[in-house]
Amino acid sequence: MAGDNGQPLIHARGLVKRFGELVAVDAIDFDLQRGEAFGFLGPNGAGKTSTMRMIGCVSPVTEGTLRVFGLDPAHDGVKIRARLGVVPQLDTLDMELTVRENLVIYGRYFGLPRRELGTRADELLEFVELTERANDKVEPLSGGMKRRLTIARSLVNDPEVMLLDEPTTGLDPQARHVVWDRLYRLKRQGVTLLLTTHYMDEAEQLCDRLVVMDKGRIVAEGSPRELIESYSTREVVELRFDDSRPEDFSYWTDGLVSRVESLPDRVLLYTDDGDAASHGLHERGLVPESVLVRRSTLEDVFLHLTGRSLIE
Amino acid sequence: MVEIAARLGGLAPTQPRIGGLLIVERNVMVYRRTWMILFSGFFEPLFYLLAFGIGLGAYVGPVTLDGESLDYAVFVAPGLLAVSAMNGAFYDATNVFWKLRYGKVYDAMLSTPVAPKDVAVGETLWAVVRALLYSAAFLTVIGAMGLIESWWGLLALPACFVIGFGFAGAGIAAVTWMRTWKDFEFTTLVMLPLFLFSATFYPITVYPEALQWIVQALPLYHGVSLVRALTTGAVSATQLLNVAYLLLMGFVGTGIAGRRIDRLLLK
Ligand SMILES: Nc1ncnc2c1ncn2[C@@H]1O[C@H](COP(=O)(O)OP(=O)(O)OP(=O)(O)O)[C@@H](O)[C@H]1O
Ligand SMILES: [Mg+2]
Repeated sequence: MAGDNGQPLIHARGLVKRFGELVAVDAIDFDLQRGEAFGFLGPNGAGKTSTMRMIGCVSPVTEGTLRVFGLDPAHDGVKIRARLGVVPQLDTLDMELTVRENLVIYGRYFGLPRRELGTRADELLEFVELTERANDKVEPLSGGMKRRLTIARSLVNDPEVMLLDEPTTGLDPQARHVVWDRLYRLKRQGVTLLLTTHYMDEAEQLCDRLVVMDKGRIVAEGSPRELIESYSTREVVELRFDDSRPEDFSYWTDGLVSRVESLPDRVLLYTDDGDAASHGLHERGLVPESVLVRRSTLEDVFLHLTGRSLIE
Repeated sequence: MVEIAARLGGLAPTQPRIGGLLIVERNVMVYRRTWMILFSGFFEPLFYLLAFGIGLGAYVGPVTLDGESLDYAVFVAPGLLAVSAMNGAFYDATNVFWKLRYGKVYDAMLSTPVAPKDVAVGETLWAVVRALLYSAAFLTVIGAMGLIESWWGLLALPACFVIGFGFAGAGIAAVTWMRTWKDFEFTTLVMLPLFLFSATFYPITVYPEALQWIVQALPLYHGVSLVRALTTGAVSATQLLNVAYLLLMGFVGTGIAGRRIDRLLLK
């Protein structure tokens, strides 16, 4: 591995991406260290894909500084891409080739010798459990299988960093767990992961550190735990009402909870002791249709930071 | 557990010297299974040769070219050979359209060390290979039918390479501007008159002088002129001009195609 002398693998300062008038990425700063699993969490249109594409050297930087492996994408795109493994948001598998051929030709694009690629392709197919489908066309594979093949493909050049743009969006829960498991193994083998997601559970599962993005900006940064500690309370009480939803909540909750978030379908009460709060409400005579006490999640952090939910 | 990372060891990814060859390699992998469709481009000019050269030729009688009298079949065969090279190259451009707009084939390539200019060079090379396959088959047929009258005819295949290159470059560049399949109707509007009016079926001298100038500006005219000079043996310095025209078209086309693919996909 190339020595990085402690300098970050990816380094961004004041990074901007504009499409005409539209500002997709609005002056963001971040650093990614070797071996980390780093996530961009944000809703649709936050600028996650735009950021990933700039890092992957398939979209020119509009303004600011971006260094990948200490190199400038504007000049060393080829060298940088040779060391990345890219899983784009939408699969770009070669529909005219079989599953196995997809891996072989992709490796050839990296200049790897065909002889080695046969074995490599078989190993990768085994890794993502697609060995039985090796000689099938890509088209009829299920969404989850295609995603796994894309992940296998991104590993063909033994990348130092994987760029995963929403690796599990659109997959059923079981398929998501398979993908998570593979990514987790790669992380343990020392592969640096950079991923985007709008699933907070995915971010919590996979990321050592993450940034929350909204409208092109980074609104918070830290480990999942740090983010919850600094932007939310330990617990949340979720209240649902039939039609008797009170207008003014402060009357009921004053002194009981630290913050109230009123959503169309439910009311969230932020407190460090959920049971005490719901007990208190009951004593004050508020009777919702249902009461649920749960731990705070990144969803709550996001809601607090932006006033909106992650998945619209 | 399968250890997947860090297994390549000494196999550090390198940039291929001619990235374009990888695109050719990919296309060979695809056509390995569907090589049958490569036939259509061969039969088309053959049918024309049978209909016009042999059938119609029986009524037309000999054609006078540069003061020499030629059998009509001898006259028309090199024209159709040039057409086979043109079509071979151009048919392939429609595949480029699909790969560019729908297949996402290039999106995947461009996230590897392959660059847009490699894509343009590779697809051009591949189109030329296809053109050469058609031309070589057709050339064999007309040779066997005794329609080649000069040893210069040996250079007809390299000439088809030049024609294929010119039309491949231009075709792929043109395709990058197309947005939907409907736009391909315009290509028919360009290709058909090229095919019919580039002195393919009769000598350019049938046109009034003003029209001759226009025809001489058309690319297929240069292809036909080049191949016909070689198979009939009436070679002159004009053929250098023919070659220069077609090469220029190929280089400019490939250059434009590379830039357009960059603009379209690397936003
Ligand atoms: N090629 C493009 N041309 C014009 N605008 C674009 C282009 N790509 C992205 N945008 C715009 O940039 C903004 C950010 O988009 P981006 O795809 O980066 O968001 P995202 O966070 O990946 O969203 P999602 O979760 O939906 O994938 C959006 O407003 C989008 O419309
Ligand atoms: Mg996206």
